[in-house]
Amino acid sequence: MTRIGVVVFPGSNCDTDTLHGLEVAGAEPVALWHEQASLDGVQAVVLPGGFAYGDYLRAGVIARFSPIMRSVSAFAAAGGLVLGICNGFQVLAEAGLVPGALLRNRGLRFLGRDVLITAERNDTAFTWLAGERRPLRMPVAHGEGCYFADDETLDQLERDGQVLFRYVHADGTRAGEAGDPANPNGSLRAIAGVMNAAGNVAGLMPHPERAAEAVLGSEDGLGILRSLVEATRRRAAEGIVPTVAGVVR
Amino acid sequence: MSAIAYRFAVNVTPKPGILDPQGRAVEASLGHLGIVGVSGVRVGRRIELTVEAASEEAARGVAGRLAAELLANPLIEAHEIELLGSGAPGAR
Repeated sequence: MTRIGVVVFPGSNCDTDTLHGLEVAGAEPVALWHEQASLDGVQAVVLPGGFAYGDYLRAGVIARFSPIMRSVSAFAAAGGLVLGICNGFQVLAEAGLVPGALLRNRGLRFLGRDVLITAERNDTAFTWLAGERRPLRMPVAHGEGCYFADDETLDQLERDGQVLFRYVHADGTRAGEAGDPANPNGSLRAIAGVMNAAGNVAGLMPHPERAAEAVLGSEDGLGILRSLVEATRRRAAEGIVPTVAGVVR
Repeated sequence: MSAIAYRFAVNVTPKPGILDPQGRAVEASLGHLGIVGVSGVRVGRRIELTVEAASEEAARGVAGRLAAELLANPLIEAHEIELLGSGAPGAR
């Protein structure tokens, strides 16, 4: 069975949904408490949505210093697959595991509604079963989701294929930056998700786990979770199982 | 050598050019107050803290590390450290 860990921070509130979504996608999900240093032998890690540590100071920053995040960083450095969803994306950005930062939504409001995104690539561990270029419908629920990086970094991310998801219109065209309802938070270049240079750590603001079953109104998120689960399974079959050896608390 | 308590303020502000919707919202509200001639509003945060150390230099070092690693995100925020006062540990 493919064991995928879901980190539970104080204030996480999408952990149960994410555990369930991963199970629907075919994994054996394992909850990992933020105070533990061990990853309990999981083969991939998901940081779920919520308000870790109340989002005090800046969203995701205090979670970054929790014991489990040292292990997650080491796991990522060893090549392990790590996906951050919403608040989990903010934690990854604060930890420097993915590039950029997530600013307060341009419209200042907390937004909870469906958006459309496309996967920019179909050859990554997070998107290969997601359906490239097809608009995927799933909810966002955040107050700080405006993706920011300087122009130089944005150019580099685009050049190196690190932009993983973008907000789009129903016809698949890219959303604008400001004043376009298709881009819910004003993210630069309509970026909804990015990955690191090595391609093993990714984050996105929308919630695939909230769109992973027909009963939830959309199954478009399932392809993202299945991509991760199946990529993890294949890597395990090939003997690629990163471990967190020598992680000191 | 006895430690001295140094009281600092760490002022964190959005870097120039970084979108600051809060600042914009404040600016947009000024008209309702009948205030004119105010522009360039930027909203940041101020964190006050006490560091016990042997010297001001050492205390500034601690405050600086805290600011750079935790209190401000260097990608989007600038910070400056302001010494508010110093005295015997435990005193305010």
